[in-house]
Amino acid sequence: MTPELTKSLARGMRRIRTVEETIAARYREQEMRCPTHLSSGQEAVSAAAGALLRHSDLTVSGHRAHAHYIAKGGNLNAMIAEIYGRVTGCARGKGGSMHLIDETVGFMGSTAIVGGTVPVGVGLGYSLMMKGGDDIACIFLGDAVVETGVFHEALNFATLKNLPVLFICENNFYSVYSPLEVRQPTAREIHEKIAGYGIHTASGDGNDVAAVHAIMSDAITKIRTGGGPAFLEFSTFRWREHCGPNFDDDLGYRPDPMIEEWTARDPISLFETKALSKGSLKQADIDAMQQEIDAEVNAAFDFARSSDFPPAEEAAMHVFADHMTGGMQ
Amino acid sequence: MRSFANEIRDGLDQALAEDPSVLVFGLGVPDPKGVFGTTLDLQEKYGEKRVFDMPTSENAMTGIAIGAALGGFKPVLTHQRLDFALLSMDQLVNNAAKWHFMFGGKRSVPITIRMILGRGWGQGPTHSQNLQSWFAHIPGLKVVMPALASDAKGLLLSSIFDPNPVIFLEHRWLHNAQTEAADTNRPIPLGEANLLREGDAVTVVSVSYMTIEALHAVDVLKEQGISCDLIDLRSISPIDWPKIEKSVKKTGKLLVLDTGFKSFGIAAEIMAHITETCFRDLTLPPARLTAPDYSESTSPALTKDYHIRAEHIAARIGEMTEREISTEPILNARNAAHDVPGNWFTGPF
Repeated sequence: MTPELTKSLARGMRRIRTVEETIAARYREQEMRCPTHLSSGQEAVSAAAGALLRHSDLTVSGHRAHAHYIAKGGNLNAMIAEIYGRVTGCARGKGGSMHLIDETVGFMGSTAIVGGTVPVGVGLGYSLMMKGGDDIACIFLGDAVVETGVFHEALNFATLKNLPVLFICENNFYSVYSPLEVRQPTAREIHEKIAGYGIHTASGDGNDVAAVHAIMSDAITKIRTGGGPAFLEFSTFRWREHCGPNFDDDLGYRPDPMIEEWTARDPISLFETKALSKGSLKQADIDAMQQEIDAEVNAAFDFARSSDFPPAEEAAMHVFADHMTGGMQ
Repeated sequence: MRSFANEIRDGLDQALAEDPSVLVFGLGVPDPKGVFGTTLDLQEKYGEKRVFDMPTSENAMTGIAIGAALGGFKPVLTHQRLDFALLSMDQLVNNAAKWHFMFGGKRSVPITIRMILGRGWGQGPTHSQNLQSWFAHIPGLKVVMPALASDAKGLLLSSIFDPNPVIFLEHRWLHNAQTEAADTNRPIPLGEANLLREGDAVTVVSVSYMTIEALHAVDVLKEQGISCDLIDLRSISPIDWPKIEKSVKKTGKLLVLDTGFKSFGIAAEIMAHITETCFRDLTLPPARLTAPDYSESTSPALTKDYHIRAEHIAARIGEMTEREISTEPILNARNAAHDVPGNWFTGPF
């Protein structure tokens, strides 16, 4: 791994962590007035994807999308302003935390229905296939998405048409409070079930950013060279409650040893400790990087909080478009 | 003479020829019957990447249409029955209808979803539903329902090139309807109703196949000295309120015809709207003729009184105008059983 990539991955994870933890810290101010699903603890998968995807690759995501948006290069000011409900938000305050969009970097949208953007991502893959070239569509999904019908329908079509689509499954073992074993047969892991489609599949430790990067890099190369869709499963763990700024393990829905094991395996310190000991990263680099990130994140919150709310008449606007909109028309 | 089905096919053909971003797909699109003749030969002409059959995955294929639209294409998705498309309500309602709104106007979703609805010939409870009000209830969806063969192509072209998701509802009993109107490639703007007949007795507002029955009724009544305004809506959303209001202000009497169930339907909405906006112009309570509030059965013995036909419309107009009318010319002119649109229809679906 080059020093640049090492820094890029550390930086990618730290940016996400800093944003999410700042949201958690400020949520009690009651100015972010929308459901907010944080990705603290799950930064590695997004950071690796961010290091590998181009702006011309088209990405969609679901309700827990901050990390994906940030990693893809989405405008941070516009995301924080969106969570604050301001007119400068990426969706002008219409969507909030669960509806992020920045088409200028190929983040085509995240929505709040589990599985809802999977076929949209496959449709983007169809459009890329039609245009030729080696850009890909990338769909972020959670473990519950593979329980939906629309996921299998969309995967079937992507396989049928050999579309350039990367499915990235972050398996954090819980859908809200419901553990995986009450939702899916566990004799086979998710990626093993998906392998039945005959596409490229792989799995890895989602808290080991170097491993994720290697697995993803291999899959993306295959897709870019015409190999068709690929499905990657990464196990990981969200630190905070399903939705909101708090820790909720006092409720006892996750076994203590599981919580201890996973929180001890913080993806950022795992990666940096190794890099520091190998000398590929210096503490001074980390400190400088964190300082820059803090400044960027604080500026984004300042931007959001000093932005105007949308005028009241916008509530009834945007129901219909009166002309084709968007960068690709 | 050109049929409604030909006109749909020619509209697709023209859109595909005019704009390389138009895609046409759906179950059976390239098959030998070509969705009641509406998609014949299009795959041969435009290739398998632009015109294709699809998996039986209505929900995902709707999402895929949305994604392709976000990627710069204008997909036309076809369902052989509206009932099948119910599997796609999540993608239609949560994604297609809301994408432009929920992202603050960042991106429109130009997709057209053709659904075929109908009645009769034992289509039964799950092959005959006219659920236009479901779609019209959702902000962000346009709902188009052509009645005349001469409108089919123009409305389809406007739908395909509209920046929004459009639900395009074709009544199965219209596919064989003929037109002699000059062949034109001119799009018909969505939201412009068509005043088909003029009179001052009653305002008859109609949609889709009901317009055909209404034409028979209104023409026969004219010979009996009762002249009505007949407004064919052509699109439910947007809807041409000014044209309806103007007519009601003239006639003072409103009769609404709909192919859907009675309660909470298109007719209910039109009656409510006119009651709100033209209450003092009305000389009678508004009236409606619709399907009843129960599903259509399969046996012809059970559908005899299910459908609204021209004689029912004429009789109701007679009641509303307090005039003796004769429905005999209508009954005498009918040459087919109640469960088919005409003798040309011999099934099987």
